[in-house]
Amino acid sequence: MKRFFDSELDALRSHLVQMGEKSIEQVRLAVRAVVEGDPELARQVRAGDDVLDRLEVLIDEEGVRYMSLRNPVATDLRLVVVGMKAGHDLERVGDEANNIAKRALRLAGEAPLKPFVILPRMAAIAQEMLRDALDCFLQHDNDKALAVIRRDQEVDDLHRELYRELSIFMAEKPDTISRALELMFISKSIERIADHATNIAEEMVYLAKGEDIRHVDELKKGPRPAQE
Amino acid sequence: MTLNVPEKQVTAFIGPSGCGKTTLLRCFNRMNDLVDVARIGSGQIRIDGINIYDPQVDVIELRKRVGMVFQKSNPFPKSIYENIAFGLRLHGIRQKAKLDEAVERSLRGSAIWDEVKDRLHKSALELSGGQQQRLCIARAIAVEPDVILMDEPCSALDPLATTKVEELIHELKEKYTIVIVTHNMQQAARVSDHTAFFYLGKLVEFAETQKIFMNPSNPQTEAYVSGRFG
Repeated sequence: MKRFFDSELDALRSHLVQMGEKSIEQVRLAVRAVVEGDPELARQVRAGDDVLDRLEVLIDEEGVRYMSLRNPVATDLRLVVVGMKAGHDLERVGDEANNIAKRALRLAGEAPLKPFVILPRMAAIAQEMLRDALDCFLQHDNDKALAVIRRDQEVDDLHRELYRELSIFMAEKPDTISRALELMFISKSIERIADHATNIAEEMVYLAKGEDIRHVDELKKGPRPAQE
Repeated sequence: MTLNVPEKQVTAFIGPSGCGKTTLLRCFNRMNDLVDVARIGSGQIRIDGINIYDPQVDVIELRKRVGMVFQKSNPFPKSIYENIAFGLRLHGIRQKAKLDEAVERSLRGSAIWDEVKDRLHKSALELSGGQQQRLCIARAIAVEPDVILMDEPCSALDPLATTKVEELIHELKEKYTIVIVTHNMQQAARVSDHTAFFYLGKLVEFAETQKIFMNPSNPQTEAYVSGRFG
């Protein structure tokens, strides 16, 4: 049976999906701005951030209103709570994209240290994680959510690898320090984006099953090797 | 169906009209004995292990142990004092001092003493609806039952009177086992420890209230508690 206020939950759902799409786009453009040294793209990202800010506020308003007036329970209540939390995570993704764009502007006039390899790989994985987390929201696919959570480690490893590489640059050629530092912060931002994607995936498992799987370390390591 | 009503806790029965929750509740003190169509078939209802439909069970004694509060408050057209004393006299208590003490204890126990202590001999019908309902609860607990059955006890009350009765239910479970039928889902969520959801005469799900309202196992339960039923 359809309730007359079901459209309010549909609106909240659709705003969260819009936020997801927009934040993935922001990350994509910001990383392209760095790799291609394109200040115009970076400015576009900076201008687009307030879309995410406004959607986050809107979802919070819709959520509090729904809880106040509609007495949601069970899945409906989890949808509202998860919508607000995931909205917050996506807003932070937007902030990280904004930070990356800021640094892209600073790097735009400078010669690259070396061809970009690790950074685009990290960014691609982080975007896929966001995309998959969003798919979990639309399809209630728990296995996919668990896969997102496990992939976070890949991004963390790449971040560490890049960090080491950049440290060597800085030690050997002090004139690269300012550029290397910008890249370190960009890498950190991507690593944070993957963390937010992980949070969202955890939130989607909570939405679908009512189980809180945060801080369960086994999930992050993936299946254990068979015992001899 | 098999249902274990836990002692000294509040168990709520929810479900759409006609699902049988009131009928089942009324079986717990044999209120259906005179209703021809209501017969216990092969099943049993046991209180502390005793089958209450055993021919040897004294129905008057059973109803002393299992009190009831109805949807519409139904005080006797007598004084407040007499409403409480009536059941006690029926059970053989005659001394005035004992009756006085029991009347005060029951009225205090149902959180209405302060409101009526100065007019105990006035008619109970002069009380407000909420006060009448708490008087009926006082009347039920006067005979020191083990179980109190409540059939939509707040459905005719305003929100403030409802809050008072709910507070009372919360206090009463220290001493009594309470089973409450309610159409108000939020009330079930607020006052009960366990909730049973019935549909078309069947028990669909019985679990801790928290589970029923946060993450029910059965999709029908979820639809009903979310107001999506039908």
